[in-house]
Amino acid sequence: MTTTNFPGAMVEVSGLRKAYRRQVVLDGVDLRVPEATVFALLGPNGAGKTTTVQILSTLIRADAGTVRVAGHDVTAEPDRVRAAIGVTGQFSAVDALLTGAENLRLMTDLRHLGRVEGRRVVDDLLARFDLTEAAGKPVAAYSGGMKRRLDLAMTLVGRPRLIFLDEPTAGLDPRSRRAMWQIVRELVAEGATVFLTTQYLEEADHLADRVALLDGGRLVAEGSPAELKRLVPGGHVRLHFTDAAHLAAAAGLFPAAARHDDDLTLRVPGDGSVSGVRALLDRLDAAGVAVDSLSLHTPDLDDVFLALTGHPTEEKVTA
Amino acid sequence: MSTLAHTVGDSATMLRRNLKHAVRYPSLTVMVIALPVIFLLLFVYVFGGTLGNGLGGVAGGRSAYADYVTPGILLLAMAGAAQGTAIAVAMDMTEGIVARFRTMSIARAAVLTGHVVGAVAQTLLGLAVVVGVALLVGFRPDAGPAQWLAAVGLLTLTAFAITWLSVALGMVPKSVESASNLPMPLLLLPFLGSGFVPTDSMPAWLGWFAEHQPFTPIMETLRGLLLAGQVDGGDAVAAVAWCAGISLLGYLWARRLYDRDPSR
Ligand SMILES: Nc1ncnc2c1ncn2[C@@H]1O[C@H](COP(=O)(O)OP(=O)(O)OP(=O)(O)O)[C@@H](O)[C@H]1O
Ligand SMILES: [Mg+2]
Repeated sequence: MTTTNFPGAMVEVSGLRKAYRRQVVLDGVDLRVPEATVFALLGPNGAGKTTTVQILSTLIRADAGTVRVAGHDVTAEPDRVRAAIGVTGQFSAVDALLTGAENLRLMTDLRHLGRVEGRRVVDDLLARFDLTEAAGKPVAAYSGGMKRRLDLAMTLVGRPRLIFLDEPTAGLDPRSRRAMWQIVRELVAEGATVFLTTQYLEEADHLADRVALLDGGRLVAEGSPAELKRLVPGGHVRLHFTDAAHLAAAAGLFPAAARHDDDLTLRVPGDGSVSGVRALLDRLDAAGVAVDSLSLHTPDLDDVFLALTGHPTEEKVTA
Repeated sequence: MSTLAHTVGDSATMLRRNLKHAVRYPSLTVMVIALPVIFLLLFVYVFGGTLGNGLGGVAGGRSAYADYVTPGILLLAMAGAAQGTAIAVAMDMTEGIVARFRTMSIARAAVLTGHVVGAVAQTLLGLAVVVGVALLVGFRPDAGPAQWLAAVGLLTLTAFAITWLSVALGMVPKSVESASNLPMPLLLLPFLGSGFVPTDSMPAWLGWFAEHQPFTPIMETLRGLLLAGQVDGGDAVAAVAWCAGISLLGYLWARRLYDRDPSR
């Protein structure tokens, strides 16, 4: 993929700001998503992922900044934008009083697909999302995962060029999650652009061409998954101590580490390589600090945050 | 397709959706129809004998009161339906699917138009039931086809006006509970007008309000069409003007509320 400034960008955002009353949620965000790529917006609870998707999909208005989606300004030409996008929000957007098939029919009618074509699209999507059997049941009787699949199927009616997926795999079992990933890949292979949000670095890793990390209303990192992981090579090593004195001594040795006094652990950022761990233990030995046990953790969103912002995600949430 | 064709097509799609809701979950509809029927029976059988004598006509009694009160009950039925509409709209606006509609390129008024047309149809159905029951309990209209047609036209116009207003009322508050309270005053209007007793029997200040509020000319015109065989021109003009004004106000208000930014 290309990162040069070619005019075919599906999303172009600059200086985006949004506040709810006094609380600043987005504080100058810049984004670019080229056509036919997957872009993942990562961030902890309350980071502003949903707010960003809502602004980009014309649901709510920004306070400042320019937002162009599918080549059109979202405030000046919202209907042009709407004609080009499909949105699966974080919260279910299906009609619980209708059946699955009726929900899809509603979408084909609103996209003006016509009777014959509409029926064909509905049947295709039901089959593709494994909902053929449940098609005639009211959605109120669907499981969470089935609702989620129907939600996405409804978004795909009319083949939108740009698809927003706000935490598409939240609440899905591992098999459904993989199926969802597969569908995202197929969509992009067909030429669609996908803008998704997630809390899982693993998900972004599997799907995204580019990843941006949202924290405190700003993008604190942007790049390919490989580039991001280079910033947090191997996650962290979690050291468990038997008493607070040793924990304090160890914390003094590693200023970048996150200290948890309640369970007497210290999380030291670092790769999980044998040499790295050995060096870590050597330093602790040399200082005479006794470690009870240790465990290795592959990078997750927490680690990226730890490495990039110097604070773990929990702090952010309570801040 | 032209913009107009899209608006009509999208509104029809939304109407189908609302009618499916109403058919599958008829409790609101049933309640909205039951309320005026209960009031009709109550007023005819409990109060009708006395109130009918007080009307000062030749016949008097229960049967005279059944004639007098039916137009009032029809307006009461519309006010009750308005409450049902406001509740239905308020509930619908909290649904995720409406958020989805807002991100789709759909004719702007279609979601609301679907609600309005569906609610007007339901209201007219309710009115038909009320008229049916009224005929059973002694309502004896004296109207030709032309008068009936005019009466149905006026009732439709009134239902249209009240429905647009109640769609807007359904979107004012964030909660469904408050939405169900806002149209309450409408339920009082038939009582504070010529719905149940003639306005000249009221104290002067109340009589003045009763004479000048929108429901009274509508009820008087209905009485003229269905019972007296002649209509007061002033009442008819006032009735139509009120309906047109309320429709326009309700429409503009509802559009504005629907288009407001949900994040502010
Ligand atoms: N309608 C609203 N009114 C007031 N504050 C809001 C509103 N919507 C969101 N917020 C606030 O804006 C911030 C960002 O919310 P947002 O939903 O965008 O976060 P998110 O990154 O999607 O979080 P999550 O991972 O929990 O979905 C939060 O602090 C939230 O409390
Ligand atoms: Mg969210």
